[in-house]
Amino acid sequence: MGFFEFVLLTFLVVCALAASFSKNLLTSIVIFMSYSVIMSIIWIILESPDLAITEAAVGAGVTSVLFFITLKKIHAMKGEKEDEQTKK
Amino acid sequence: MSRQRSNYENTLWRKFERWVNGEDNSSMEASEKHEEKIQRISKEQQQDVVDFEATAEDVNELISKEKKRKIEALYRKYENWPQTKGIKIFTGLYRAMAVILCACIIALLLITVSYLPEFGNANNPANNEVPERYIENGIEETGAVNFVAGMILDYRAFDTLGESHVLFIAACCVLILLRADKKKEDKKKEQKKNITCVVADGNDRIYEPKNDKILQKIAFILVPPIIIYGIYVVLNGHLSPGGGFSGGAIIGAGLILYTNAFGFKKTSEFFTYKTFSTVTVCSLLFYAGAKSYSFYTGANHLESHIPKGIPGNILSSGLILPLNIAVGLIVACTMYGFYSLFRKGGM
Repeated sequence: MGFFEFVLLTFLVVCALAASFSKNLLTSIVIFMSYSVIMSIIWIILESPDLAITEAAVGAGVTSVLFFITLKKIHAMKGEKEDEQTKK
Repeated sequence: MSRQRSNYENTLWRKFERWVNGEDNSSMEASEKHEEKIQRISKEQQQDVVDFEATAEDVNELISKEKKRKIEALYRKYENWPQTKGIKIFTGLYRAMAVILCACIIALLLITVSYLPEFGNANNPANNEVPERYIENGIEETGAVNFVAGMILDYRAFDTLGESHVLFIAACCVLILLRADKKKEDKKKEQKKNITCVVADGNDRIYEPKNDKILQKIAFILVPPIIIYGIYVVLNGHLSPGGGFSGGAIIGAGLILYTNAFGFKKTSEFFTYKTFSTVTVCSLLFYAGAKSYSFYTGANHLESHIPKGIPGNILSSGLILPLNIAVGLIVACTMYGFYSLFRKGGM
């Protein structure tokens, strides 16, 4: 195992722990996004670029966006102000 | 709309819930009654002590009452036991058992992992005749340079059909759960107008994101490359890494970014609920038809009558390219549909 892989796997474990121990849900989702990005790099190193593309698009992109919307729906995002939204 | 039962408090489930939460009314009442009884008895006893000298003859009776009092005290002590010491013992035991169970499961999984074959070993059971055939005859039989696409869309095309259906069913479930009924909302709005009630801030379906200049400029630059890259990945699924699912997800993410920057009004010009249903259903039907026709020609779907072309060209590998496009369309529509339903409750 090379040095680069070792660093990536360490980051992966750190991200996984941080995502579950973080108090703020928003932070935890952002950490989860970084976890997905690291995972997609690891897929490339494992020579499966198909999975890497899917992981980057679904794991880091669409899933996190859905998480963000859900957080907004259940009013779990802090610092949300009324003037940030305008009526249609 | 779920129907609310009038006698909800008396249902079995509610009783069970109360018992779990420790707010069982019946036992509380019983304990209160018991408390009152004990107090009454002790008061009587106090009076008896006062009257002791007056009635010195009833010694026997007093002794029996003393016994009773002792029993009552003992009973009282043990009645509080579950609330004080019992809970402590129970929580301690609960935690210990949880830790032991967790350790057992971790140990079991680690033991299982230790029996797994070594990573990347040439003698692994995964390296049998199946991948050999894929690698040796793959290009000849499917015409796809990308083995993965040849595998998932030719050898195992029915698996991918099932996956597309899973996505479709997931989209249907989200649609059932989250779609806002327009007629009902209109009625509610009328009612609200009559009462002149302020619209609840919880309903952010009627809000659109503010025109954010930075986001709009970035989206203006980024969205076309993202969508073109997604189309490239879909169309080159049989030549390069990627394919229907990844490309569709990229296109869906691009659409989501576009909506986030410019609002639903712009997207609804080209993507409505009707587009969503038509595109998804047509793609699924095409996929199912293209793969089930082999049942009528001898159930050997490796042997298609569509020319394979020269491996490496865009127009090659028979059915894989159209199937990739179908899967890509389904995935892109579903991704955007998820976002739009989560966000607005409609499309």
